[in-house]
Amino acid sequence: MTSSTSARPTGSADPPYLFPGYGSTVLRAPARPLVRLPLSRTELTSPVYGHSSVEAGEADLTTRHSGEPLGERIVVTGRVLDSDSRPVRNTLVEVWQANAAGRYPHAADQHPAPLDPNFTGAGRCLTDDEGRYRFVTVKPGAYPWGNHHNAWRPAHLHFSVFGPGLTSRLITQMYFPGDPLFAFDPIYQSIPDQAARDRLVSRLDLDVTTPQWALGYQWDIVLRGSRQTPWES
Amino acid sequence: MTTPSQTIGPFFGYALPADGLPDLVPAGTPGAVVLTGTVRDGAGAPVPDALLEVWQADAGGRFADAFEDLDRAQPAGFTGFGRCPTDPDGRFRFVTVKPGAVPGSDGVPQAPHLDLVVFARGLLKPVVTRVYFPAEAANTTDPVLAALGDRAAGLVAREDGRDLVFDVHLSGDDETVFFEL
Ligand SMILES: [Fe+2]
Repeated sequence: MTSSTSARPTGSADPPYLFPGYGSTVLRAPARPLVRLPLSRTELTSPVYGHSSVEAGEADLTTRHSGEPLGERIVVTGRVLDSDSRPVRNTLVEVWQANAAGRYPHAADQHPAPLDPNFTGAGRCLTDDEGRYRFVTVKPGAYPWGNHHNAWRPAHLHFSVFGPGLTSRLITQMYFPGDPLFAFDPIYQSIPDQAARDRLVSRLDLDVTTPQWALGYQWDIVLRGSRQTPWES
Repeated sequence: MTTPSQTIGPFFGYALPADGLPDLVPAGTPGAVVLTGTVRDGAGAPVPDALLEVWQADAGGRFADAFEDLDRAQPAGFTGFGRCPTDPDGRFRFVTVKPGAVPGSDGVPQAPHLDLVVFARGLLKPVVTRVYFPAEAANTTDPVLAALGDRAAGLVAREDGRDLVFDVHLSGDDETVFFEL
């Protein structure tokens, strides 16, 4: 390694830890300032995980059971890029989502929407040489949660991406364009900057759309961590 | 223009596979240590829906990107990555090995450590901390620990029989030291 570095100089796009509108942050947000860590190889390397075990079929969430899931079939694709817009190749992308009725097959989700025996809602793939991922799935439904009266999450896919180092590790959510619930969702609203919020919203893409079969959405993911500024003690 | 973080939420459990991942090395591997602990919130209540990830070097101080150069010190299948959800009592458990020394920035040697990343419902972005090993002479000269003063002790796991214990306090009087990368 060269000199000490910090990956995040200024103007983070991320939400703060504490966002009282999202009630669960109140007792879980660290109160003390973060301590700057001079980055070493522990932070600048990436684990090798899942690369050998990911199967091609895991990217199609609609073919994991004997029948087809209900709902609006969609293709979601995009590129994983570093902050210099270079493709992040061969990195693991994991997704999970509610079914078309807004229900997760998770014991903690007990709201009265139907489970779909033909849809689990979990997928994985590795990015290709252009950094591209691609999933086939169904559009998830909105779902209620207990944060406040009539709290409903906008439709979303959860994304987990590794990238080249610990600094690039990202778990986030992809939304759909024009969702009327954005204005009422504290998780989306927790991101301070509207331009950064917009970067979580996919766009309908007729070039990705497959005639007579599936609407296509395009969403690129930009990981932080490649550009580093000198760290001063 | 990076993509912002959002919470992992409560429903990742069926999707992010953890089977086998809490064990970075098979139990019984020479030098294997059990690292366990509890994640607690600012009121001291256990956090039953967190996901923890470990990143570390192997016993020789090498990371996975150098693992093509395998030798006897390299446990079979070791990737340096572990993942474990907390149980209903907020507890996690990894089986791993103490990593070798990793050079720090400016070449200053660091004491053996692993990086621990915690995701949870209610965390809009993850927290990152480090776990150091008890009774480790190098802790006294580690530059990261040295910079923390009296908070450094909280990053050193404690011995409980043959296991190591490291509790994560997301907030509160005992708040764990969390790092900005
Ligand atoms: Fe969700």
